[in-house]
Amino acid sequence: MSQSQRRNLGSTLTIMPFWILVLGAYVGTIAWTVYISLTNSRMLPSTKFVGLDQYKRLFGMERWHVATQNLLVFGLLLMALCLVLGFLLAVMLDSQIRAEGVVRTIILYPHAISFIVTGLVWQWMLNPTVGIEKAIHSFGWANFSFDWLIRPETAIYALVLAGVWQGSGLIMALMLAGLRGIDQDIWKAARIDGIPSWRVYLSIVVPMMRPTIITCVVLMSLSIVKVYDLVVALTGGGPGLSTDVPAKFIMDFLFERNNIGLATAACTTLLILVLVIFVPWYYVEYCREKKGAH
Amino acid sequence: MREIVSQVEHPHGPKPKRLTGSRIGIYGFVVMSCIFFLMPLYVMVVTSVKTLDQIGMSQIFALPSELTLEPWITAWSSACTGLSCDGLQVGFLNSVMITVPSVALSILAGALLGYSLSLWRPRGSNILFGLLLAGAFLPYQVFIYPLVRIYAYMSLYGTLFNIVTVHVIFGLPVMTLIFRNYFASLPEELFKAARVDGAGFWRIFVSIMLPLSTPIIIVAVILQVTGVWNDFLLGTVFAGQANWPMTVQLNNIVNTTEGTRAYNVDMAATILTAAVPLVVYFLSGRWFVRGIAAGAVKG
Repeated sequence: MSQSQRRNLGSTLTIMPFWILVLGAYVGTIAWTVYISLTNSRMLPSTKFVGLDQYKRLFGMERWHVATQNLLVFGLLLMALCLVLGFLLAVMLDSQIRAEGVVRTIILYPHAISFIVTGLVWQWMLNPTVGIEKAIHSFGWANFSFDWLIRPETAIYALVLAGVWQGSGLIMALMLAGLRGIDQDIWKAARIDGIPSWRVYLSIVVPMMRPTIITCVVLMSLSIVKVYDLVVALTGGGPGLSTDVPAKFIMDFLFERNNIGLATAACTTLLILVLVIFVPWYYVEYCREKKGAH
Repeated sequence: MREIVSQVEHPHGPKPKRLTGSRIGIYGFVVMSCIFFLMPLYVMVVTSVKTLDQIGMSQIFALPSELTLEPWITAWSSACTGLSCDGLQVGFLNSVMITVPSVALSILAGALLGYSLSLWRPRGSNILFGLLLAGAFLPYQVFIYPLVRIYAYMSLYGTLFNIVTVHVIFGLPVMTLIFRNYFASLPEELFKAARVDGAGFWRIFVSIMLPLSTPIIIVAVILQVTGVWNDFLLGTVFAGQANWPMTVQLNNIVNTTEGTRAYNVDMAATILTAAVPLVVYFLSGRWFVRGIAAGAVKG
């Protein structure tokens, strides 16, 4: 069936409202955000064009540096830990253990829970005066200390811990699907050659799972850039500003500190960051595939 | 991402021979991981049925010496959110009022657009789909301020209509993606035969495609119910105080309390907020895994 026969009035009319929606709510709002970031808007939008002044101010701000550094530390640690833990769990689940279904259910359930709930539960457990630290003390280990949450230099690790709890189930599920898509004959071949299992995983399976790993990395980076709820619930950005992140920086300057010019400059910076991650991946995932398959 | 959805459900790894040292290691690791993942749930449940005195005297892992349901009742009907002291029931109702229309409308919109893009491919389909996908990946902060202004201009800011339509707008990319992939995976002869028999755009959608869509609709419902229910950011910005969803109310109950904190009430409130997505998760089983794989782009 040719393209012209497919086209008819019904489909053209149907996607019209969606075009309006996408152009208005996505493209239009982004353009508006970028535009505001080039003006001297503070509490109310202004039309006075000031070029890149807002960006200069943004990059000169101590708080923005702390926020971006936190994002980097949080993101790299979270990604490394989730990938390792998710991969190990997937390998374990794939090695014919008993009660696989139960274990999988247990590992994945945090993914159904909101970041707010995750943050509040870990806030309670990591609170040194009432949480895990107190419990270990009462078991008799009096010098034990687990006070990440209240110390500015370690509070970011508390965020990582909660993030690993919430996120590694998803990575496990994706990795497990990847593992099960691998040709089983490699195990027979490896056994004939007498290669130990760990070696097969490291030298053959991991390289074969490159597409899955790339998908995991992209998905995680995109959700890491967005991290907001977890910070609000677990640390509120504190102690001080020690766990501030760009998404929270933006929300504070938009709604509490009423500096929309600066906030939209930060938005645009995040936007560019996401496009740097997204565009190459989109190209590989959707454009190259189309050439090969259809 | 399609290959992930059609995953093989059997273990593939090397076959174990007998109980060797490495088997013991594997089970040890699995058990430790299960303890790590279950610990917060256990602590939540145990804490929520203790009295405050018990919490002060014992530690978080200790079983309650006597059970009390008082914290649950307080959390549901009289905990203070900073504005009022009606408990989480208000937030629960709000979340239901937000979730039901948002889920229904976004699935309908996603199905319709996915159907158009996959089978009819009107001019510009690829560009529209690319823009939608890009929208799914961007942080909401990029859209928030202009959207606030637009809704405020229409005098609709902070209303139920506002939050529902915002959920539909931001749910559209993932819904469109999964429906598009699903319809594209159906045999093309079905579509051709219907065309030959003279069925039009709407007839094929209503009489052929929708009845075939039950599996993907289930996946879509799971994704959207958990996604909308767990949302916090859009709820705080767009719902308005009168419609604040449960997640926002919960955060207010726990993080704005002054004086001594009632940890047992906090934990009961936390479980109540997590209950709906958890029930969806435990009832849906494998479907949930399919859902997150299909919608994984949402991240």
